[in-house]
Amino acid sequence: MQDNEKDNGITPSQTVGPFFKYGLTPNGEYAWNDAFTNSTLTPDVSGDRVRIEGRVFDGDGVAVPDCMLEIWQADAQGRFADPQDKRALPNASFRGFARCGTDKDGHYSFETIKPGVVPDPDGKPQAPHILLAVFGRGMLRHLYTRIYFSDEAGNAADPVLAVVPTERRATLIAVREAGKLVYRLDLRLQGEDETVFFDV
Amino acid sequence: MTFIYPVDSNKAHPLPLSPEYKSSIKRAPNKPLIPMRHTLSELTGPVYGHETVREGDNDLTHQHAGEPLGERIIVHGHVRDEDGRGVPNSLVEIWQANSCGRYVHVRDQHPAPLDPNFTGAGRTQSDASGYYRFVTIKPGAYPWGNHHNAWRPAHIHLSVFGHSFVTRLVTQMYFPNDPLFPFDPIFNSVPDEKARARMVSSFDLENTQPEWALCYRFDIVLRGKNATPMETK
Repeated sequence: MQDNEKDNGITPSQTVGPFFKYGLTPNGEYAWNDAFTNSTLTPDVSGDRVRIEGRVFDGDGVAVPDCMLEIWQADAQGRFADPQDKRALPNASFRGFARCGTDKDGHYSFETIKPGVVPDPDGKPQAPHILLAVFGRGMLRHLYTRIYFSDEAGNAADPVLAVVPTERRATLIAVREAGKLVYRLDLRLQGEDETVFFDV
Repeated sequence: MTFIYPVDSNKAHPLPLSPEYKSSIKRAPNKPLIPMRHTLSELTGPVYGHETVREGDNDLTHQHAGEPLGERIIVHGHVRDEDGRGVPNSLVEIWQANSCGRYVHVRDQHPAPLDPNFTGAGRTQSDASGYYRFVTIKPGAYPWGNHHNAWRPAHIHLSVFGHSFVTRLVTQMYFPNDPLFPFDPIFNSVPDEKARARMVSSFDLENTQPEWALCYRFDIVLRGKNATPMETK
């Protein structure tokens, strides 16, 4: 008899540790190929191509050089590349997933498209957003947060932002650089301006 | 089938702050996580193409000119959901130290040799029944700076996806009866003893291959239940 026939609880999380790079984000530096890169872009993808970048800091404001970040998002029409999204087929090769390790100064960046509007469970529109999972040494389980965009009027009515205390919402909103399709969002794992993380 | 992901199941995970594990002290949020309803964004997750996993990616003993040193082992099992159902086509990525307990990562500089025939990274995709299998070598224990005479129990790191972005799991697989368990703050960050036991593989004599490799079984249970379970009675 297998142990989990007696006990069907889930397998607990453990930290990704400091040494994941050669396995998960080798980026040409190790003898292993990348399954994923920091880009969701595919030749057939439509929509506004954007860059999202920032840095990750710990509770002392020190840059975190060994984080892994993963994003998951809809295409520009708000459709997910997952058969569980029953609405429509997305751009054929677009997957909506990307992965990035932080560098020695805690920098990360993603190349992607701005996602479209996705409904909430009541069918109300959510403002364009990207899911972000944060892994790192010292983090026993990854944390979930969201990336919103500063130039979206829909943020004001977004049902998820609405459950976040007003004074903390800015930690979820990537700020557009003047004149460019570049958005900036720093993550703070702990402290005064701590990023909002969700219990999902 | 429609899956639901009760947040209660997350109680199996360690709390973010586990002070015995020193690195968690400045990297755990101080503020409570904010509850929210799952939307389509949380309920969906990445699907991979055939290019993600190449043939042979699940055999870490054949990535170089020669064979790595150490005990060759088979690690296999099923990826399952909370109803015990196999999770098909799930990506499973692993990375580990070599048989001397040394990682190829540039930041691992402890005085144990690297093995030119071992990188320590692999990946595979679970089959239609959720089954996965790797061939590798047994990693060694290694010292770390968390406290005086701190040693990590031998482990293999695993990264698993599953049905949605909220089923994402990164964990570590341990080996049975490791004498280092009582002293390891990462292993013991999981508060529940039964949950800790789920991170320990079992020796599998039945699938051990004579004259070739010991086998360990490790089943991975991800979040996810059927939203509308069949009434059987």
